[in-house]
Amino acid sequence: MMKTRDSNSDGRSRKSQSTPIASQPGTLPETLSGIDRRGFVQLLGAGLLVTVFEGIAEAQRGSGGGGGGRGRNVSARIHIGEDGTLTVMTGKIEMGQGARAELTQSAAEELHLSPDAIRMVMGDTQLCPDDGTTAGSRTTPSTVPAVRQAAAAARMLLVGLACKQWGVAENSVEVRDGVITHPPSKRSVTFGELAKGGAAARALDQPPPPNVSVTPVKEWKVMGTSYARPNRRDLVTGAHKFPSDLILPNMLHGKVLRPPSYGAKLLSIDLEPARAMKDVVAVREGDFVGVAAPTTFQATQALEAVAETARWEPAPHPSSTEVYDYLRRRVRSKRDVENPFAAEMAKAARGFRQTYRTAYIQHAPAETRTALAEWKDGNLTVWTCTQAPFGYHSELMRAFQLPSECVRVIVPDFGCGFGGKHTAESAIEAARLARAAGRPVSVKWTREEEFTWAYFRPAAVIEIEAALDEKGQIVVWHFININSGAAAVQTPYRIARNNCRYVPSDPPLRQGSYRTLAATANNFARECMMDELAAAAGADPLDFRLAHLDNERLRAALEEAARQFNWRERRRQKRAAGTGIGLACGTEKASVVAACVEIAVDEAKGEIVVKKVTQVFEAGTVVNPENLRKQVIGCILMGLGGALREEMIFEGGRMLNASFGKYLVPRFKDVPELDIHLRNWPGLEPVGGGETPIIAIAPAIGNAVFDATGKRIRQMPINLSTAKSSQTAS
Amino acid sequence: MDITIGFTVNGKAATVTTDPQRPLLDILREDLHLTGTKYGCGEGFCGVCTVLMDGKRTLACITPAKDVDQKTIVTIEGLADGDKLHPVQEAFLAEGAMQCGYCTPGMILTTVALLRENPQPTEAEILNWMDGNICRCNNYPNILNAVRRAVREARR
Ligand code: FES
Ligand code: FES
Repeated sequence: MMKTRDSNSDGRSRKSQSTPIASQPGTLPETLSGIDRRGFVQLLGAGLLVTVFEGIAEAQRGSGGGGGGRGRNVSARIHIGEDGTLTVMTGKIEMGQGARAELTQSAAEELHLSPDAIRMVMGDTQLCPDDGTTAGSRTTPSTVPAVRQAAAAARMLLVGLACKQWGVAENSVEVRDGVITHPPSKRSVTFGELAKGGAAARALDQPPPPNVSVTPVKEWKVMGTSYARPNRRDLVTGAHKFPSDLILPNMLHGKVLRPPSYGAKLLSIDLEPARAMKDVVAVREGDFVGVAAPTTFQATQALEAVAETARWEPAPHPSSTEVYDYLRRRVRSKRDVENPFAAEMAKAARGFRQTYRTAYIQHAPAETRTALAEWKDGNLTVWTCTQAPFGYHSELMRAFQLPSECVRVIVPDFGCGFGGKHTAESAIEAARLARAAGRPVSVKWTREEEFTWAYFRPAAVIEIEAALDEKGQIVVWHFININSGAAAVQTPYRIARNNCRYVPSDPPLRQGSYRTLAATANNFARECMMDELAAAAGADPLDFRLAHLDNERLRAALEEAARQFNWRERRRQKRAAGTGIGLACGTEKASVVAACVEIAVDEAKGEIVVKKVTQVFEAGTVVNPENLRKQVIGCILMGLGGALREEMIFEGGRMLNASFGKYLVPRFKDVPELDIHLRNWPGLEPVGGGETPIIAIAPAIGNAVFDATGKRIRQMPINLSTAKSSQTAS
Repeated sequence: MDITIGFTVNGKAATVTTDPQRPLLDILREDLHLTGTKYGCGEGFCGVCTVLMDGKRTLACITPAKDVDQKTIVTIEGLADGDKLHPVQEAFLAEGAMQCGYCTPGMILTTVALLRENPQPTEAEILNWMDGNICRCNNYPNILNAVRRAVREARR
């Protein structure tokens, strides 16, 4: 059951009295992403509101989440106010991955304007085009081009307007820093001057001209630089309002009753103890039971009071120790697990069969799920943290039987997602409570709720069968991922008979996406198995990979990582006792990564310490080097957690480690020496970089553990107590 | 029984009548609308709720109201001097020591407290001191650079 934040729970109502100290007590701050309709009118200029909203509505209908939002009037994406303020709108959100900076740069580049002159409105379903969920590393390859196209079109339309006024040809003018100049006549006009009276805004309210072209990479001025996040100052002063920080007048704090174990059914409950408390609202709608009160403390007490009266019928649930057998037994299709090359396996010089496992883990975002809901005249507005504003919009429409125009989702820049914030539960909870209370309600999940009731990165059972010929070449590769997903399930290595598949099972926990999905599990199993095969073939792990690798970009990354780490030299040298080195590489989402690690192992203590990581990452042309570097480092360090420690432990339908005290995420002391190399692949369009850099670290560590100890650990997290001998079954 | 406590927050007097066990974190955020101090775990494991109480690093989520009476609290909102940022805030900006920024207020106040208690920390002392604060974006290297920069600046 829920744990309170203190021991006092005598169940009495507590009314607290005080005077707010903050500068704008009780009001919603006018952050760009949190502005209301009136604020938006002020921002954009009243006369244009209708046009803008129509354009947006049309863009929303048309694009269906594909990520582009293209083909509409330029005003659906870019607006110029009468004071010349340029506002760019995107359905993408900012959660620390750097989209706000990158999209601002993209717009600035094509508008020929300073990025500081651009306001970026993100993740507001009423104002922004639907650019799809912020996931799958899609912002860079999909939304950056869409924004660039729109910004280039906007610049052309503004140029067209000026040229028409001057009666000069469009190719005779230049645009720099928001000033259009006609050198022959020495005339110039700023975007701001052009915007007076709304002429510029009307000019943008047209479809993009047919001949829009974007700035070639070699002429980039703003893109390709380390432009920092525009609202960074508000992050160091505490002024930025995260979704969990928003306060509306008259707002209540909500809490939701959770079952004592997974699958338990509520038989009966008495809401009276909560209702007897002053200012407390208690709601039951079917299986949903929640309370709302003026403070979180009161809401928690009220919830405990009703929880004590609840009777539940528990349901059977497997424990984390049996989960792998459970998943294996419940594969959807037994036939899909079978090796179609069994005959070739039997004929080959040597055959190998191994099973790898990865545990259920959690995103543990810095900011837990949170939502503030307000009903006004039948319209529902929800401020929340989500990677899928439009997905939430649809979920809320369905949950409350509302037409599209009655629901608005607003996503202020929030604290972490990692693929974990795609489902609208907290938004629906807040909206239900707000409807019952007749007042705005904010629901903030506790860490324990987040660890128990959010979804998880799926556990995997990965079965591999491989065969080598007498020359040490892989001739058969059969790779089955049970339960966790298809991402990077295909091998990048050249193998004649190759069968790679994802086979669904019947998961006992809610599972969903996580930074690069199943690619971490698949790459862990594949890259460790490659090392096993290299050892069996008597080859160096680097040479063995290169001998099977045609992918030019991946080869380049792997070779560079090996060079920077001094791999060959270090392999030749004798390593100190308890020291190991390992490497791994992989490709996913059109980017490539390779890592070499050095570790120290204390077998008696069961301790693995990562001393150094050399990693090479390449994602086409780099849009923002500093941001990419942070993403790469963030991936490596986050990946250390899953590689060495993180694992959800459950039994009897309860999470046993739903706390940062027991689920140990990486901390300062875990940070190894980092040697990061970002490669540019000239001529290749930029692709996303926030996910793939996570997939090489775990197998590189696993391989280093083998190097240090001679033991193969075929499980994530890599734990020395689960070590098996190095012998591979044949 | 509710109690009434009086304390100073960011130089202003505050009086709050509340349950003695209610955490300071909730009082700051819900009663005083000082939302720069964040919730991360409520159990003392992550440091995002760090404030200064009588100049000392304090986790607001496990500090009950009854312990705050007559104390002096500084939150992230009280660090800057008008428009002039505190040197530690400047150091975090200069080093780009944030991604989502959710952990940033706690990291900054933890650094301020470090400089007060140990103005010239060694590398190991910095790691020990900061290790109670979690950054889920794993922006630790930039944050460490910001702490080191703040230490250097303070020395000058
Ligand atoms: S919220 Fe206080 S330590 Fe985590
Ligand atoms: S910057 Fe996101 S949690 Fe630290």
